[in-house]
Amino acid sequence: MRNFIERHTFWAIVLLLVVVLFLWMIFAVWPDWLVEAFGRKKTFVNTLLNGVTLGGLYFLVASGFTLIFGLMRNVNLAHGSMYLLGAYIGYEVADRTGNWFLGLAVAFLAVAISGVLLQVLIFRRMANDDLRQTLVTIGISIIAADAMLAIWTGTTYQFSPPDWLFGAADLPIISVIKSSGAAVYIKYPVFRLVVLAIAVAVGIGLWIFLNRTRIGMMIRAGVNDREMLAATGVNVQLVFVLVFAIGAGLAGFAGVIGGTALSVAPGEDIRYLLASLVVVIVGGLGSITGAAVGALIIGLAEQFGLAYFPTYGVVLTFLIMVVVLAVRPQGLMGGRG
Amino acid sequence: MGKLKHVLAATLALSLAGPAIAAADDIKMGALATLEGAFTVLGEDGMRGVKLALQEFDYTAGGKKIELVTGSSDASPDSAVRAVRKLVEQDGVQIVIGPLSGSEGLAVKDYAKTQPNVTFLNGSSAAQDTTLRSPAENFFRFSTEGAQWMAGLGEYAYNEKGYRKVAVLAEDYSFPYTQVFGFLEPFCRLGGKSPIDARFWVPIGNKDYSSVIAALPDDVDAIFVALGGADAVNFLTQYEQSGGDLPLIGGSITVDQSVLGSKGKARSFVVGTPSAGPVSDTWDDPRWKEFVAAYKKAFPDGFPSPSLFAHAYYINSKAALLALNEVNGDLSDGEKKFREALSNLSFETPTGMVSVDERRNAIADIFLTEVIEGPDGNLMNKTIKVIPQVNQTLGVSYDKFLEYGQVGRENPSCS
Repeated sequence: MRNFIERHTFWAIVLLLVVVLFLWMIFAVWPDWLVEAFGRKKTFVNTLLNGVTLGGLYFLVASGFTLIFGLMRNVNLAHGSMYLLGAYIGYEVADRTGNWFLGLAVAFLAVAISGVLLQVLIFRRMANDDLRQTLVTIGISIIAADAMLAIWTGTTYQFSPPDWLFGAADLPIISVIKSSGAAVYIKYPVFRLVVLAIAVAVGIGLWIFLNRTRIGMMIRAGVNDREMLAATGVNVQLVFVLVFAIGAGLAGFAGVIGGTALSVAPGEDIRYLLASLVVVIVGGLGSITGAAVGALIIGLAEQFGLAYFPTYGVVLTFLIMVVVLAVRPQGLMGGRG
Repeated sequence: MGKLKHVLAATLALSLAGPAIAAADDIKMGALATLEGAFTVLGEDGMRGVKLALQEFDYTAGGKKIELVTGSSDASPDSAVRAVRKLVEQDGVQIVIGPLSGSEGLAVKDYAKTQPNVTFLNGSSAAQDTTLRSPAENFFRFSTEGAQWMAGLGEYAYNEKGYRKVAVLAEDYSFPYTQVFGFLEPFCRLGGKSPIDARFWVPIGNKDYSSVIAALPDDVDAIFVALGGADAVNFLTQYEQSGGDLPLIGGSITVDQSVLGSKGKARSFVVGTPSAGPVSDTWDDPRWKEFVAAYKKAFPDGFPSPSLFAHAYYINSKAALLALNEVNGDLSDGEKKFREALSNLSFETPTGMVSVDERRNAIADIFLTEVIEGPDGNLMNKTIKVIPQVNQTLGVSYDKFLEYGQVGRENPSCS
């Protein structure tokens, strides 16, 4: 951090000013000229929160994607299918047992197991053949999408989370002060805050796992040079299986979270695959920090686009991707190109 | 491995050869619906409508067997053209039923002009210009369109509900444009307001409505919502979650069975939402009841009551079958006789008499409805009023109607 400030003093000051401005915009009661220029404060704060929470959801999906890529150089285009599979399995379990948390856990485990099976039965057979692996994942995603459509039909599913997670909460942020002097507080859906908390927890958990444990060290070593890691006597295949299980499991986990925050329907697989791709392209392939930064940027871009210029909002996401590719092709946090 | 390859190749060859085996004098009918993407559920119900009509005729019309070939699109115009092209050019169908979604209909109409020897009957696509401006000679729409479906709703919202200013939330393509036009035109003529900056247009398949919900203005009396399928389900849940309390007015597919019948938390707060469309779940009429019973019997895993998609596909399929009966299956001479029969057809449907005008667009009854909770907890649409024989120009002359201008984001301007 200190390094960054010393090297890029100018940018550090700009960044600090932006953060201060944002904090002021969140907590201050907006004067009339600002309302005139930006619309109501409620819209702004809600959009900001939506962007951050959607970023959290994207991070959950994209972290597994980037983890798998970082270690195995395998662009797993079936990642979206794992998201959707997790959502459906989670729904079945939650619906039958009435326990949402059980659904969450089973979705993580079941999809993690499917990831292990994929790695052991398919990818191991074509190790070191990246293009073939990628093509196979496309094939799997198409078959999986049709199989899931056959089983769960095209109906839209919606989870019923525990009641204390549903509904809206008053935030300690004042929206407007009425002429009577009473303050109107901003309302926000509780579950979306939970999504954010879970994403942060998963992010921290992954960081600790990768940076503070022995297995994490092996994984990081594998990212840098897997031949070398194998040469030191580590069973690389086992590490691969583990990473695939975690990456896939996270996708399934995100399926239940995302399915509760939004909904589950066919086509979600492609949507989250696309979101993950954009997130890791912006953030940098193979980097967990990159996935977090990318997810935040894309989430915010999508939501601000939707609120302030809905018609052309979609363009914003891809504009960011194009700019990043043009200026920094390895992604914001990407290492070697 | 080698053996497996041969088996696979053989299977592939067989599956490709499948359609060609049909006897020469069978009639091939193609059905196109959205069996993928955000409107999957809608497309599935549309297909149920086609099958229901075919079952009613025992898969024979005009003394010939009907062979059904299905095609799938994802609600985008290019996917619809791709699918219909495959049906016509590869499978060689003589009659096409479809597509489902508004902009698909516009694209298929343009394609129809390049295939003068094939007759196209609409599925449930309901964009206005599919038949209003530069229609295709061989494209028929026995289901009505989006502006017709709104008949009576604008007046009802203004007079009965007392709304004066509404916000609009709709998907950004031709069908919702048509619906918004159909709702706002009478609403604004009576004096209602809907400022341009209170209209929100979102892409199809948008999942996260929370920011749009946050941007909705406070100083309106109600929100007119024209979203379909998964989009509508997402919006309704998130609107409830975020503590929204403005009353809603529903587009025809926003509070229909494809949304009300979805799995998960009950959306009981939509009870009381007025809407209008070509069907009404609880219409107390023997023809409709018979249709519902037949639907339930044939598709126990379908919706509690057929959606307007099943209804529209059913009507268009039935029109084709009736016309085939009339001409004894004669599709020679560029299907000329068949088309004449279609143009003059007037028949009894589960929702009253249907016939087509000179641009081959349906004239039919429209239902003004309100969401209620049914006896077994299902949400249903209750009939408030039946508006008889609504035509495409909503009662005014064709030339005068064209003066209203093409439907779009800002028509009518209404401020």
